[in-house]
Amino acid sequence: MGETLKLFGWKVSPYSHRAEVALRLKGVKYEFIHEDLANKSDMLIRYNPILKKIPVLLHGDTPIVESQVIVEYIDEVFDGHPILPKDPYKRAEARFWARFIDEKVRPQVWMSCWTDGETQKSFIAQVKESLAILQGRLEGKKFFGGDSIGLIDIMACSLALWFGVMQEVVGLNLLNEDDYPELCQWGEEYRNAEAVKECLPERELIVGFFAPRKDRIFAKKAPVYD
Amino acid sequence: MAEDELKLLGMWASPFVIRVRMMLEEKGLSYEYIEQDLFNKSELLLKHNPIHKKVPVLIHGDRDICESLVILQYIDEKWSGTGPPVLPVDPYDRAIARFWALYIDDKLLPSFIGFMKAATEEAKAEKIADTQTALELLEGAFQKCSAGKDFFGGDSTGYLDVTLGSHLAWIKTTEIMSGAKLLDETKVPLLVDWAKRFITLDCAKKTLPSVDRVEKYARELQVTRWKVATAN
Repeated sequence: MGETLKLFGWKVSPYSHRAEVALRLKGVKYEFIHEDLANKSDMLIRYNPILKKIPVLLHGDTPIVESQVIVEYIDEVFDGHPILPKDPYKRAEARFWARFIDEKVRPQVWMSCWTDGETQKSFIAQVKESLAILQGRLEGKKFFGGDSIGLIDIMACSLALWFGVMQEVVGLNLLNEDDYPELCQWGEEYRNAEAVKECLPERELIVGFFAPRKDRIFAKKAPVYD
Repeated sequence: MAEDELKLLGMWASPFVIRVRMMLEEKGLSYEYIEQDLFNKSELLLKHNPIHKKVPVLIHGDRDICESLVILQYIDEKWSGTGPPVLPVDPYDRAIARFWALYIDDKLLPSFIGFMKAATEEAKAEKIADTQTALELLEGAFQKCSAGKDFFGGDSTGYLDVTLGSHLAWIKTTEIMSGAKLLDETKVPLLVDWAKRFITLDCAKKTLPSVDRVEKYARELQVTRWKVATAN
């Protein structure tokens, strides 16, 4: 397919990173269009009128939205590095863990950072349980995908960088080498992988987003972009 | 158990279970259905879905597949040569189907269940409005996906048909309990026609519970679990 690829994204977002790393793993050329989420462009709203969110992958004229949907689309359309395995059962397993990460781990991690008191304690306990389960899934492998990055690794990307930064900003230390040595080791392998390095944001960029907005994010329990 | 035997752990009222049963029916796949008591979880359920302890769980030989949309895609890929396709063939159409399935479960479902769980008239009205908005967007999705044919999947039912179709009993129950029109022929005419067609299919007739039964169950949950009503 000779059609152009454009990715509407935001470097601070792990969801945006997921789409970028999938494109880089496949070695396909794309144009990254940076979106200011406080001031969404007409193009973003045109291509994602329902949710008005990034990332949006524009392949020729056709938009694809939702990070996991984009990653699976990229895997199906482009040859090269396989993101999902071939076997239907292994694919089901990968998708199961992808949902576990997005429906359990990410909300728990987020709320553990942005709540306090008994509520925070409850979320912290949930995070600890989820991280232990996820770490168990590694089973001594370099990546969740085995020797190379797969869907689960991409979906878990925020545990390789973003959670570490957020917890530093709010004064937590849940994801640490003593408690989760294998998961931290995985994080390092992930960050150092060729395709990832090319599109991972600098820590300072993420700190620069969260630190000045700490109080407002705490109040809203959701990101604040302006 | 033989290598290719199928079992499904489910619960009669769960749309997540119903959609898997619908697809197994469409594909002509036989399976043993084992009803679960979700308030008193069995050893079987805890063994086959230790992480979430939820239904549905598809047990295929010695393998467990959990999460309804994951199961639907597994059925699609494992039995691609049998019966109608679950997901469309074209990758872009597949992406569209995957997006709308997530939308149905992440936005539509919480709206009408939110109505059931609401304590005040104001909250109820808000959830009904949310449900109507979501259905209006799905009307657009149907127009695009069906391309003039009878189902989201085109000539035959597929991923989106069963994902939305599995919610029909609860949507109709919400209409009765709220007095509001959700599948309103003046607002979502294509969906109304689609729903009328869908419920006549064998896969729907065999799996969708009656609205009476769902209403009774919902009212029980309002008293016992959601604490927004008192027993009569």
